[in-house]
Amino acid sequence: MAKYSVEVNQIGKRYRIGVSTRQYNTLRDTLAGVFHNPKSRLYTKMTEENSFWALKGVSFKVEEGKAIGIIGRNGAGKSTLLKILSRVTEPTEGSALIHGRVGSLLEVGTGFHPELTGRENIFLNGAILGMKRTEIESKLDEIIAFSEVEKFVDTPVKRYSSGMYLRLAFAVAAHLDPEILVVDEVLAVGDAEFQRKCLGKMSDVASQGRTVLFVSHNMSAIMRLTDQTVVLERGKVVMQGPTADAVDYYLSQGFSQEGQHEWKEDEFDKNPAPFHPIRIRVLSEAGTVSDTVRSTEKFYVEMDYSLDEDIAGLRVGFYVISTRGEFVLTSFDVDDPEKFEKYSTRKAGRYTSRCTIPGDFLNEGRFVIGVNASIFKIRTYFHDEQALVFNVNGTGAPGTQWPEPRTGLIRPRLNWEIESKGE
Amino acid sequence: MSTSKSETIQTVIQPTRGWKMVNFKELIMYRELIFFLTWRDLKVRYKQTILGVAWAVIQPVMTMVVFSVFFGGLAKVPSDGIPYPLFSLAGLMPWQLFENSMRNASKSLVANRNMITKIYFPRVILPLSSVLASLVDFFVALPILIVMMIVYGYHVNIYILLIPYYLLLTVLTSFGVSLWFSAMDVMYRDVGIVVPFVSQIWMYITPIAYGSSLISDPKWQFIYNLNPMVGVVNGFRSAFLGVYTQIPIQSMVFSLLISLIILFGGLFYFRHMEKQFADLI
Repeated sequence: MAKYSVEVNQIGKRYRIGVSTRQYNTLRDTLAGVFHNPKSRLYTKMTEENSFWALKGVSFKVEEGKAIGIIGRNGAGKSTLLKILSRVTEPTEGSALIHGRVGSLLEVGTGFHPELTGRENIFLNGAILGMKRTEIESKLDEIIAFSEVEKFVDTPVKRYSSGMYLRLAFAVAAHLDPEILVVDEVLAVGDAEFQRKCLGKMSDVASQGRTVLFVSHNMSAIMRLTDQTVVLERGKVVMQGPTADAVDYYLSQGFSQEGQHEWKEDEFDKNPAPFHPIRIRVLSEAGTVSDTVRSTEKFYVEMDYSLDEDIAGLRVGFYVISTRGEFVLTSFDVDDPEKFEKYSTRKAGRYTSRCTIPGDFLNEGRFVIGVNASIFKIRTYFHDEQALVFNVNGTGAPGTQWPEPRTGLIRPRLNWEIESKGE
Repeated sequence: MSTSKSETIQTVIQPTRGWKMVNFKELIMYRELIFFLTWRDLKVRYKQTILGVAWAVIQPVMTMVVFSVFFGGLAKVPSDGIPYPLFSLAGLMPWQLFENSMRNASKSLVANRNMITKIYFPRVILPLSSVLASLVDFFVALPILIVMMIVYGYHVNIYILLIPYYLLLTVLTSFGVSLWFSAMDVMYRDVGIVVPFVSQIWMYITPIAYGSSLISDPKWQFIYNLNPMVGVVNGFRSAFLGVYTQIPIQSMVFSLLISLIILFGGLFYFRHMEKQFADLI
């Protein structure tokens, strides 16, 4: 019989909304509020109207030594679940049984103090993460070497570049030695080289027979590190199974709209205003909305949106990911320098941005489109990492005379020359 | 938290119901974190300052000078027959320990918000380590009081042995008050505004700038003594300056009782609120 490290049983978490999220800005407002409705500022019972279930009836088990992924869209309850399992917050109902010491990495560098030096922060952060002083001392050199900040280890971290800060923070976390590791999205930061290093360290941990619970939006990281995956949707487990199946399910769930997706107000976890996404569609060469396009024909990705006010520097674009999580491309409507000049400020109004994707480009298979509307390095108005799923049909593509799937994400029609050198 | 391979820690996560006491066994397990957070508080407080830890001495001394000029010199406030500067400094020492502990510890939860929302540890460690850091400051400043005693030709007697008791009482009281304030601060940020104000008023109702002989009506005396810091400050001063000729059992017990009521109430309240900290902060 398999031994379980983590057993989650019917966990539910209810959060208060409404009353307690009302902001009071001045003391006068506060006093006025207390005066008019004395109970509202104090403790009121949670009812269906003033609360919502971030998690409800979540159950799953993790076998000892297994790595399990947790995926779901923003607001699906992933972080809440990790917070409960790392005991940051209590569940409202249900229970979980954990066998072993838990190390949680909900964020690297928790408790780092800008005024303290790198070395001092290693000790402080180590202690916060639950390491013993002797343990930290024995690993100190290793941690410093891993972080690559040797020269600055006695400099206050407030003078560090953000990259150095992150490396140091991750270095401490990476040397944590628990039986169960709970990780949230820590890999989403830093440059590509650093991410590679983090991922490497993570797969080391997973292969050492520790139990790992891993939340990420990075599907290829999930695929690489975990065997089993739980898919959460609106606080419930909608799928649990081998990672490949779960990722495929997750990336293609809920897209019955046949090649188009209209956004509704309740889909955003933060208000994208003044940017208003309206819909995204995939159009075949002939101009019909379709969830399947042909590999040999060009097709269009079209986004409709409106702006409440003028926005300078806005770029609207999309990216295409395979259902295994590999990125195929990213493109923005003002990539072209001429358009970048012309639309340096976009006036308020309704817009359609249409992109043509050439024929003989994508291989057959299923792809996910993610949408991003942002100002570079300033602000992201809107981000939907899986706005739409479409299929590419390979009929007539190069090489289809052999009925075998071609590996690779793209299937270009390449020019070959065959020279016969005679006898 | 040390784990040999055979022993596995089993944790049950479920909603807590009812009122529970702070878990002291767990606190002992986390003693290194208490040490590191105390050390951090001290380290950070005097980083990038010119005078550094000397501030721990300057603060009570400057206050003593101001008090001596205005209350002792100009207003001729009675000081129980002790030279005014020495009188006020001996009162200021425990008072500033109390005040600094309370001010720092009360905001400790909100100030460490990012830790609370990301990592589990017994939350009570945050106000506790703030109080301990203030205690270190107290010991840094203590020699100045001894110097002042020598200057004024005061000698200690056997009752100096009561000092640890009064120190403990100061720490317990300030910790107890901080438990209430810090837990309330999570939900009501008004506490951040109220605490400096409370500590100011509290100082006026504690015999620091004046001797408690000023309150002579027995009825008022009783109400006055409900302030646990009255017994602490008087006791500390008398024990230090060798005023006592017998053990003041009655006032010692009375102050202890009030301190313990505040402390235990605080421990229960804190524990009760603790589960919501990460959600509300």
